[in-house]
Amino acid sequence: MKIGIMVSEGPYNHQASDSAYLFARTAIEKGHSVPRVFFYHDGVNNSTKLTQPPQDDRNVVNRWSKLAEEHGVDLVVCIAAGMRRGITDDILAPGFRISGLGQLVEAGIQCDRLVTFGD
Amino acid sequence: MSDMMDDMDEGGEGVVKKFMFVNRKAPHGTIYALEGLEVVLVSAAFDQDVSLVFVDDGVYELIKGVNTKGIEVKDFSKTYRALEGYDVEKLYVEKSSMDARGLTEEDLIVDVTVLDSTEMANLMAEQDVVISY
Repeated sequence: MKIGIMVSEGPYNHQASDSAYLFARTAIEKGHSVPRVFFYHDGVNNSTKLTQPPQDDRNVVNRWSKLAEEHGVDLVVCIAAGMRRGITDDILAPGFRISGLGQLVEAGIQCDRLVTFGD
Repeated sequence: MSDMMDDMDEGGEGVVKKFMFVNRKAPHGTIYALEGLEVVLVSAAFDQDVSLVFVDDGVYELIKGVNTKGIEVKDFSKTYRALEGYDVEKLYVEKSSMDARGLTEEDLIVDVTVLDSTEMANLMAEQDVVISY
């Protein structure tokens, strides 16, 4: 099954990004495909390479980058939501790209399921 | 890149899915309602079959007489009236959410269809894509 994902909350403050990541990783392990994760609302804050969590904690941003590298997951950050929050191309972690909301709608059209993680 | 991504690059032209946007939060206090409207407009531009649902505090997004001057944020309530121009005409409000807040259809800035919880559940079950915020 092709599963699209939307993440609506930032890292660490909220579990949404963790849950979305664990769901995506498990879905891929089980043989499904996750072609795209779309980051919206405060979810755009998952994409910045400036993040420096304590060493004994998980690195939410790097985990997404690794998933993109290993499984070709397209990590898309909403441009409008990103601009409001100071997310620009200069600070994107590997695997992320900035694009429009059309990418979210497209994932909804193309995927068998669109799963949202947020409040 | 997988075959899937090649498919996605084509933009899925011609495919029409039932998209439902579930508005659950008050218009101000968080940004969900404002940013949520942006996705609604984009999905309409993709010629999808769009429905909007207002439940819980989401019903406050449609009330008349909003004045945001005191909190210094943009009043976007007029956008709901403009949705018709984007062919977004299916607006549903849950009755018990309105009742719990002492609201009636008279208090709303747009024409809506009022559904009870069972009807709302049935409508949700018919959708292809449900985006909730």
